[in-house]
Amino acid sequence: MNRNNVSTIDLVNKSLQKRYRAEKRFRAYGIAAILFGLACLSVLFTDIISKGHSAFLQTYVYMDVKFDAQQLQIIDPTDENQLAMADYQGLIKKSLRTQFSDVTGRRDKRDLYSIVSNGAGFTLRSMLEDDPSLLNQTVGVWLLVDDDIDTYVKSRNSDGSDAFTARMKDKQIVWVESLISEGHIKKRFNTTFFTSGDSREPEQAGIAGAIAGSLFTLLVTIALSFPIGVAAAIYLEEYAPTNRFTDFIEVNINNLAAVPSIIFGLLGLAIFIGFFEMHRSIPLVGGLVLTLMTLPTIIISSRAAIKSVPPSIKDAALGLGASKMQVTIHHVLPLAMPGMLTGAIIGFAQALGETAPLLMIGMVAFIVDIPGGVTDPATALPVQIFLWSDSPERAFVERTSAAIMVLLAFLITMNTLAIWLRKRLERRW
Amino acid sequence: MDTSLLFLVALLLFVATFYMGKKRALTLAGGQSNVRSLNSLPSYYGTITALWCAIPCILLLAVWTIFDDYIIQQIIVQEFPIDIQQMSKSDIGLLLNTVSNLATSSSADPNVEAYIIVAAQRFNNLQWLSQMALNLVFVCVAILFVSYARLRINVKLHARVEVETVFKWFLLMCASLAIFTTAGIILSVLFESIKFFQSVPITEFLFGLDWSPQMAIREDQVGGSGAFGAVPLFAGTMLISLIAMTIAVPAGLMAAIYLSEYASPKVRTVVKPMLEVLAGVPTVVYGFFAALTVAPFIRESGGLFGLSVSSESALAAGLVMGVMIIPFISSLSDDVINAVPQSLRDGSFGLGATQSETIKQVVIPAALPGIVGGVLLAVSRAIGETMIVVMAAGLAANLTANPLESVTTITVQIVTLLVGDQEFNSPKTLSAFALGLMLFVVTLIFNYIALIVVKKYREQYE
Repeated sequence: MNRNNVSTIDLVNKSLQKRYRAEKRFRAYGIAAILFGLACLSVLFTDIISKGHSAFLQTYVYMDVKFDAQQLQIIDPTDENQLAMADYQGLIKKSLRTQFSDVTGRRDKRDLYSIVSNGAGFTLRSMLEDDPSLLNQTVGVWLLVDDDIDTYVKSRNSDGSDAFTARMKDKQIVWVESLISEGHIKKRFNTTFFTSGDSREPEQAGIAGAIAGSLFTLLVTIALSFPIGVAAAIYLEEYAPTNRFTDFIEVNINNLAAVPSIIFGLLGLAIFIGFFEMHRSIPLVGGLVLTLMTLPTIIISSRAAIKSVPPSIKDAALGLGASKMQVTIHHVLPLAMPGMLTGAIIGFAQALGETAPLLMIGMVAFIVDIPGGVTDPATALPVQIFLWSDSPERAFVERTSAAIMVLLAFLITMNTLAIWLRKRLERRW
Repeated sequence: MDTSLLFLVALLLFVATFYMGKKRALTLAGGQSNVRSLNSLPSYYGTITALWCAIPCILLLAVWTIFDDYIIQQIIVQEFPIDIQQMSKSDIGLLLNTVSNLATSSSADPNVEAYIIVAAQRFNNLQWLSQMALNLVFVCVAILFVSYARLRINVKLHARVEVETVFKWFLLMCASLAIFTTAGIILSVLFESIKFFQSVPITEFLFGLDWSPQMAIREDQVGGSGAFGAVPLFAGTMLISLIAMTIAVPAGLMAAIYLSEYASPKVRTVVKPMLEVLAGVPTVVYGFFAALTVAPFIRESGGLFGLSVSSESALAAGLVMGVMIIPFISSLSDDVINAVPQSLRDGSFGLGATQSETIKQVVIPAALPGIVGGVLLAVSRAIGETMIVVMAAGLAANLTANPLESVTTITVQIVTLLVGDQEFNSPKTLSAFALGLMLFVVTLIFNYIALIVVKKYREQYE
């Protein structure tokens, strides 16, 4: 009986505590979700940076090398043929032997030689090419070390502990430690990484070829997708009649925007390479595929930009006697351009980070040369990351992370540019 | 004069014809003072003249560059000795390659047979001939069309209308490219898939439980006969997508709700772009992160609990993919939640509901169709995502629902089947296109439903 006397407000007051707790919980879930996202972001970036920062330094070893004409079999140091044929690696071996004169036995010697990178001979060769008078002189040079030694030196604390020895032999560690104590090992900024193409040897591998390939691919994409995308957007916003055909175009564009990128790769493989018989692995085909992929994004953002131009401006121009094309070119386009550029740059950033379609059209080949045009075989930066990430050497892990940092730097620059453009140039009506 | 130089000449020619047309119109009108007697502005006369010259010339250059290699090759093949002509197509292709290499390089290899040297000389000869003929035809075409366009110019010519018609057709062509792309995708995957289904029955592909596409190429080789049952791939794709969605949907949705309902504008302007950075990170970076950081971490922490976790577990790939999709879901949900009219919220608050009650009982139900559409788009993204699974998921086609084991997906198999050397007509290669077809059809269905749902929802509140 008593229960009937309880009024509604009492019930509400009773439940309030619970409801407020639920409210707090719900809020906490929201904050947790955001914190989770941000935590993932920071873990991702810290992980990449902590793995990759060391790749920007490279270990070099100091050596006195005598350009012995007899050993090199060079008679005339201006003759390119003789310079090209000479055995520079032999000079390095000889200089290593003199420095570590106690090393005997074939296997030990081989271990000793493998301290220095097998690409170090090229450094000597280009020195001699630049200055033929070096012949028969003894010069102190800093040479690239092998990637195992590089990893060892980088991972080692200043007192020599905690070092990552990988495939190094105990003797090699002793030799390297003695070199370090003599001050003959030094870390310098890794210019090789930014100036050379791919290589099987981590210490000689660089991203210049991949960056050039990405650049050419992106140039093709920009040159094609921006004009075509803007033209399509103008047609759909300003000219298209409302009929089935226009609807069909719109459905296609919206759908293409959500088609997985790998499907565009299949398209490129079947049409451009299979049907038109274009070459594999060239930036031209990559650019064409990425053009088709980014077009929907550019069309959609350009349409939004055109829509935001107030009709009053168009009406005023039309009223003064301008034709439709004149209104579009003289008024709508310039006013919509910042918005279009913003959308386009974001689309290009997507294209720059895209990997899967490029795998399909064969831009995964091992290419050492830096491409010089859109028809030279090439890889792209994201594909290079994919290729290196497969390599077991620790030195490649560090280089992969460094390449990712370079790629992210490009993307951040492009996106910042887009945001800046939007803030700077976009007008609110 | 080679083709690139010809292009340059053509460009100069177009500029020149523009000024010629403009000047001609002005002369006909009787000078700048009488410009009003012209039908259109003088520059339109220039443009239409240039277009009359440019369109045929560009068509000519395009057609010529596409076909001249093919025709030259045909002539060379016909001049090969009879026994060589009867060789298989691929051998002849190799020979033609040798010929063109020899023709472009100056050094003569003494080991080449005589007929190849003859063919190489002939090749150079024909190329020179083709170039000369192109130059000649180009000049003739240019002169012909320019003089015709010049003759057409008179005071009454509706130059502006003509230019605008061309302009409109150009715009229409650009817009229709989307249709051609879709058609190209469908045709390219469909044709190869049909070829594949001629050797492997479609029922086996759709319902078979065994996937091992390695096939013996020659009769005497040891190797599997190849099994093309794609069910393990579908199951693996679904498993990884499911893991991804269980991460992404709650996190993305709650983030969107917090940002649009609770957060102050200040927090919103900082946090929203930061979450969107996650969407801008290339998938290859996520793949690297999943393979080198998350997968070992999961394996080790699984080991602590005595679980044996595969180093290419579905969990690692799914988790990272989920993180990738969070911003996708949160920004789509954010849009639809913002589109819910404020009056609905105010009504609920007026009845005494707390904010979370309003969100749970009013805002979310009202926004549900839009959210579902967004989730469907996200599922389609997860199914089609390639790099994360290629780098972090396995290659072996296990039919399992255990997220700690290694599974493979449709996209992983497409990549493994098509990267590297391949024979174009083996079922192994063709099966990749059949998988591509499945992927396209499935994502198409998801996208289509999602787009319809989102569109309906938008109309509801507009």
